[in-house]
Amino acid sequence: MRYLPLSDVDRADMLAAIGVSSIDDLFADLPAEKRLAALPSLPPHASEQAVARRLGVMAAKNTSAGAVPFFVGAGAYRHHVPATVDHLIQRSEFLTSYTPYQPEIAQGTLQVLFEFQTQVARLTGMEVANASMYDGSTALAEAVLMAHRITRRDRALLSGGVHPHYRGVVETVTRFPGHTVESLPPDLSGTEEILAAIDETTSCVVVQSPSFYGHLYDLKPIAEKAHAVGALLIAVFTEVVSLGLIEPPGAQGADIVVGEGQSLGNPLTFGGPYVGLFATRQKYVRQMPGRLCGETVDADGRRAFVLTLSTREQHIRREKATSNICTNAGLCALAFSIHLTLLGGTGLTKLARLNHANAVRLADMLAALPGVELLNSAFFNEFALRLPKSAGGVVEALAARGILAGVPASRLEPNRPELDNVLVVAATEVNTDEDRAALAAALKGALA
Amino acid sequence: MTMNNVGRPTAPVAAETAATASTFTGNRGLDIEEPLLFEAGRPDATGVDFEDAGAFEPRLGTLARTAPVDLPGLSEPETMRHYVRLSRQNYAIDLGLYPLGSCTMKHNPRLNEAMARLPGFADVHPLQPLSTAAGAVELIAELGRWLLELTGMASVAMSPKAGAHGEMCGMAAIKAAIADRGEARDVVLVPESAHGTNPATAAQLGFRVVGVPARADGTVDPEEVRKRLGPEVAAIMLTNPNTCGLFERDIVEIAEAAHAAGAYFYADGANFNAIVGKVRPGDLGVDAMHINLHKTFSTPHGGGGPGAGPVVLSDRLAPYAPVPFVRFGEDGAAEFVETRKAAGDRGLKPFGRITAFHGQMGMFVRALAYMLSHGADGLRQASEDAVLAANYVKARLADVMTVAFPERPAMHEVLFDDRFLEGTGVTTLDFAKAMIDEGYHPMTMYFPLVVHGALLIEPTESESKASLNQFIGMLRHLAEKARAGEAGAFKAAPRLAPRRRVDETLAARQPKLVY
Repeated sequence: MRYLPLSDVDRADMLAAIGVSSIDDLFADLPAEKRLAALPSLPPHASEQAVARRLGVMAAKNTSAGAVPFFVGAGAYRHHVPATVDHLIQRSEFLTSYTPYQPEIAQGTLQVLFEFQTQVARLTGMEVANASMYDGSTALAEAVLMAHRITRRDRALLSGGVHPHYRGVVETVTRFPGHTVESLPPDLSGTEEILAAIDETTSCVVVQSPSFYGHLYDLKPIAEKAHAVGALLIAVFTEVVSLGLIEPPGAQGADIVVGEGQSLGNPLTFGGPYVGLFATRQKYVRQMPGRLCGETVDADGRRAFVLTLSTREQHIRREKATSNICTNAGLCALAFSIHLTLLGGTGLTKLARLNHANAVRLADMLAALPGVELLNSAFFNEFALRLPKSAGGVVEALAARGILAGVPASRLEPNRPELDNVLVVAATEVNTDEDRAALAAALKGALA
Repeated sequence: MTMNNVGRPTAPVAAETAATASTFTGNRGLDIEEPLLFEAGRPDATGVDFEDAGAFEPRLGTLARTAPVDLPGLSEPETMRHYVRLSRQNYAIDLGLYPLGSCTMKHNPRLNEAMARLPGFADVHPLQPLSTAAGAVELIAELGRWLLELTGMASVAMSPKAGAHGEMCGMAAIKAAIADRGEARDVVLVPESAHGTNPATAAQLGFRVVGVPARADGTVDPEEVRKRLGPEVAAIMLTNPNTCGLFERDIVEIAEAAHAAGAYFYADGANFNAIVGKVRPGDLGVDAMHINLHKTFSTPHGGGGPGAGPVVLSDRLAPYAPVPFVRFGEDGAAEFVETRKAAGDRGLKPFGRITAFHGQMGMFVRALAYMLSHGADGLRQASEDAVLAANYVKARLADVMTVAFPERPAMHEVLFDDRFLEGTGVTTLDFAKAMIDEGYHPMTMYFPLVVHGALLIEPTESESKASLNQFIGMLRHLAEKARAGEAGAFKAAPRLAPRRRVDETLAARQPKLVY
């Protein structure tokens, strides 16, 4: 077997050095009646070619986004990732290293994390950021729990623009310790009255902007109302590229900003691995979940980086930890950081403009079709349409014609018949004029 | 000195030693210092070219950015150097033996990387119509089938993003099952040797944690468990093999006692790599167990993630698995269940949702490639070789270092304590840092908490005999050096790494987390 260096002679020598006669002697503590003689129902080892052939057949059964006109978003976005990114993250020293617990021989990973934290803090307009979370949805759930620790309240208020799956994660994670989540109904128009729902029992207000339906919200009045009653504002986004054009949540008064970072550096990969972004104010840093990298010096006085404030974490605090999390999305955070380094502020703004321009063009084309209503006045690279028939059926019909048109809202909200005709459509820099024309023509055909 | 015929010296001249050499640049040969991005970058620099967006009327309402994005950029060649230089300051499996106990730093096959990058996997959206993603569902189903075969369990929840996330998933299923029974059990038993995530997870779910002491041989005494079981106990969380590197030989008795008291048995599968193909957790009475794909099935650790932590469940817990999941119909065909409504329509009671999408698909591809490559025979051999390597290290070091629990066979890792350093002035930390100068990553230190100055070594099955022998020779040398009274050299270590020991107290007292 190509991955196992020991020969049978080595194995025999080693058993002799140990002083046992067979490998079974080393497994003597396993209950004898439960031990397996073999795994008969699984196949034997296979060559590289055989494995590649098998998995290649499976992969070929999927329609890859790059092969078709593609407008699917709703929490994950197809962007062009520069070739440099994937080359660098496959460097052995990044790919095959562990969590940087030995800083003397992990400065590469640590400096990357320090730079990543700084990039995320600047991008969101916040003071500090952590070294990343599993993804945007789990980052949001952790943000809500953090807000509950800070405010000592346990009733979170969620805008109707929050991604339904993110809402599901928050509801699940907060239910077990007995907290309450109040969610406003889906905000199709982007005009919900959230201020009236905030009161002295509210721990935090969660607003997604751009929202699941593409709307942009002015966070400032919400922050003011929340702060006036002692609650926190948590801002969330699923499309990080939007921050290239939109006023950052930190400048609008958010106390915690979380989001999905997949758009930068990371492929779609059917939902993961992605990279959760988590930023907050300096004063809350000790209530923050997740790994943190800090600057210090070594014994010679040279600048060095090290994981820090670990007294918050499970390996020190055990059941008193701020969170059970003991990993970050290291390699995905690296990909994010490299992509953002390549872009710089200037490049990110250009990328965001290109996305917005493509979305505006597409929205206008589709809204001009008979019976199609654009539900957004302001949006970034994603918007919602009300169709004259069920969006699920339309999406399937277009998929059969080789066009991936967007996400039917009912797929994520099956209990809300009023969303049956709503289609969420995303446009990014990867879409061409031909892609847009193909979608418009096919949609027109499907609605006729 | 010898000269060649045009005056070029051909033999080295004695000079400063490597440890004392100082240079103008701060670089040391191939070790090149790299400034921070925020020192090297420029606001207007970019390594990406774009087409022009053309003329259009922005539709951002009142929310357009008022200030430019304050982020420096680098051109492509500068970017390449920045990260290549940084990478060279890291230790890695590809460089050498990485003996971190409980972390399982084994070889990461590159076939797996190539497979995960096939456009049919990497360029597929989690919300594109399932009719266009049949291969993705098939892959998840096939990986699930392997996990169920290897564990002997009834069902698997694939969405957890990491081991601790899997713990949360499994314990939440237990909480939901107990609530469904109309009971209010709120205590979870956790042995002292457990990973910190176990008590942290239980607490996060609103359980009270009660400890179980280890007995003298490093394993859990069923009698101590029985004493703590009662109508308020929801579950016991047990790692097997445990973090002392020992197989809990009374596991069946413990499971039976827990079940008899109405509690569930959660197994932390962090060390499953020792027993794959040797025994199935389902046959031992386990109700739920997470599997760290990044340990047992070698998806890369990536400098701290991403991980993946699918949870296998017993029949009793299967109905509570979170959405989304893949299940097999009676005809054996895989079915993707995405919403609680769809699950409810099938008579299931998912406890909720723990992540936005379907889990770590990229890791699933890698793990399945690993399994297909090894096959049933290779997986079993890998477990045996891992256990063989740990016991070989144990046997060859037993006379110079102190094995914490010598009487039982080690599994995939072997635990030493610091008795062998008594009176030398050298601590576990000093000893570990001296390994860095010898070109090795230290072992896991000060964990588990059940022995003093723990040193936990997991060599894995990826090491050749020559590699193990050099590692053993190095540790013997250091142990003898410590006993020879050379504590000063240990205190000064490391001297040959990119950095010497760092001031962790300063970092924590005045946290500087951004540039």
